[in-house]
Amino acid sequence: MTAVELPAPRRSSLDVVLRARELGIVLALVVLVAVTTISNPRFLSAQSIRDILLGTAILAVLAVGQAVVVITRNIDLSVGSVLGLSAFTVGTLLQNNPRLPVIIALAVGAAVGAAVGVVNGVLVRYGNVPALVVTLGTLYVVRGITYFWAGGQQINADELPSGFLDFGNATFLGVPYLVLIALLVLVVTGVVLRNYRVGRELYAMGSSPQAARLAGIAVGRRTVGAFVVSGALAGLAGVLFAARFGTIDAAAGTGYELNVVAAVVVGGVAVFGGSGTVWGAALGALLLTTIGSSLAVLEINQFWQQAIVGGLILLAIGADRLVAVRVAAGLKKRGSHVS
Amino acid sequence: MSAEPITAERNYSRFANWNVAIIAITVVVLIVSAATVDSFATAQNFGFLVLDLLPIALVALPMTLVIVTGEIDLSVASMLGLCSAVMGYLWNANQPIESIIPLCLLLGAVLGAVNGLFVTGLGLPSLAVTIGTLALYRGLAFVVLGDGAVADFPPSYTDWVTGTIGSTPFPNVLIVIVVLAVVFGVVLHATPIGRAVFAVGAGEQAARFAGVRPGRLKFWLYVASGVIAGLAGVLWTLRYSSARADNGAGLELAVVAAVLLGGVSIFGGKGALPGVIAGVVLLGSLQNALRLSDVSNEALNVVTGVLLIVSVLAPNLARSVLQRRRT
Repeated sequence: MTAVELPAPRRSSLDVVLRARELGIVLALVVLVAVTTISNPRFLSAQSIRDILLGTAILAVLAVGQAVVVITRNIDLSVGSVLGLSAFTVGTLLQNNPRLPVIIALAVGAAVGAAVGVVNGVLVRYGNVPALVVTLGTLYVVRGITYFWAGGQQINADELPSGFLDFGNATFLGVPYLVLIALLVLVVTGVVLRNYRVGRELYAMGSSPQAARLAGIAVGRRTVGAFVVSGALAGLAGVLFAARFGTIDAAAGTGYELNVVAAVVVGGVAVFGGSGTVWGAALGALLLTTIGSSLAVLEINQFWQQAIVGGLILLAIGADRLVAVRVAAGLKKRGSHVS
Repeated sequence: MSAEPITAERNYSRFANWNVAIIAITVVVLIVSAATVDSFATAQNFGFLVLDLLPIALVALPMTLVIVTGEIDLSVASMLGLCSAVMGYLWNANQPIESIIPLCLLLGAVLGAVNGLFVTGLGLPSLAVTIGTLALYRGLAFVVLGDGAVADFPPSYTDWVTGTIGSTPFPNVLIVIVVLAVVFGVVLHATPIGRAVFAVGAGEQAARFAGVRPGRLKFWLYVASGVIAGLAGVLWTLRYSSARADNGAGLELAVVAAVLLGGVSIFGGKGALPGVIAGVVLLGSLQNALRLSDVSNEALNVVTGVLLIVSVLAPNLARSVLQRRRT
């Protein structure tokens, strides 16, 4: 009887659901791009596509980290603040050491984020405080620390070394470096989640924490690990943010957490953990960024964007719920035939 | 993993202790603030303090009931903002204020009902739903009013909100807070509705077998949350005589912090309204005292964030220390 409550869909039906889920986003993207392009062909110009991809790169890195946390049935609302702290740290560092290699800047940003991730993870796991409460708290604490430190000061592009700004604009075989980094993050995380033991353990924890513990999974270490990954990727996104925009103040990334959660949820990662992929999350990021750009091109009031993001979240979780109910009903029927 | 069953009595006494603790901490903070911060214990500052507390105090009341049932409503600040924006829009359209205010409360009820329908009708997680409506309602507020502001509301209304009762230092809005706090307190602690709220939070299945309809209960709690958020939006607009789409942005954090600080369990089933009131006063007076001491707004956010985490962490740590000592 209890097995019915938490149905473990067989791979075939799970695959079908996921494929349909990601297909839905791709379809929405195609329609959106088609409609926008018909109204204004410049939407598909190289410059416009580049802008969308650069915007997506930053959001996608955040969304991949968020997906890892959400899959374990947690949430990380501190990512926007971590992005700001990391961007400001790296900006200050580069101001004082103009010859610092870019790779060090990326590492420092990721380390700053990972440190916040450790705090989040330890409080969640060993303090027994729900992730929502912890990361809502660190959202404000980390942002407050950044404001304290910055004290109203702003780092401008002309204070940053040209090598770092070039990195934000340069391309490799026509693809911007930022996009390549995002792709690398996406592929590595995607493969680890899908094919490696650690990845499967994260899904198991999200499906049922108790069962995961009984199965011998080091739930505590994995939970902290998931938050460290999310924090480190948010820190990395902070460096990408700094490289792309060149202007950094203490408010950088304010409110990003909403877009990140939206991208993840729209991408089909269930908020109650255990299902979804980082591919979906990245597609969600691409869809949200494209919506932002096409609103501008279609000359629709920018104020609609936030409302649309909210509507999309509701639509996505509603649709997922309907699919889940039907899959569960189907499994129940199949189960009764077997017995 | 202790095998010892937690009886209702022990449970109650633990939270009664937390209630006493939080009230004691609040009193200490008030005394220390009055002694060390120059202009804290003045009649004028008392008025400001109550006005600053007003939106958090009002919204925290239904939020307490929602969290006790095991759900959450993160969209409260956006409902407040949307009601404020609509109030400004209607006032700009030369509608009489007497009909605008009920309309705003009605709007709040509708917004809350939308949350309630998604959560209870479709069975969706309230966290995801209200993050969605947080964005949706705030976005709609900007669609309604843009980034401008509507001012010059009738002085008879704005003066009432900022005024005091006769020549006493008590602001008029204190009446609103006290009346609603008593109503919610009585409903939660002395009526079948309140017992149903606790029952649903403790275990939805068991509550259903006991004859409670969890879905219907939660739906009406979300409606109540919307109405109160609408009322808070109206009062906010009148207090500053300014309707803006971003009114109250970020307030949900302070409200959730105050409720959890008041000893309400985020997992549902436990909590008491006196503790929540103390939590609201603690948060508000701490921020007020720090602001008077020229601490910046951003630093205040650090305090709120730390308090939020500590409010849940401290009882957990205390419990595990106690358990270790016992074994």
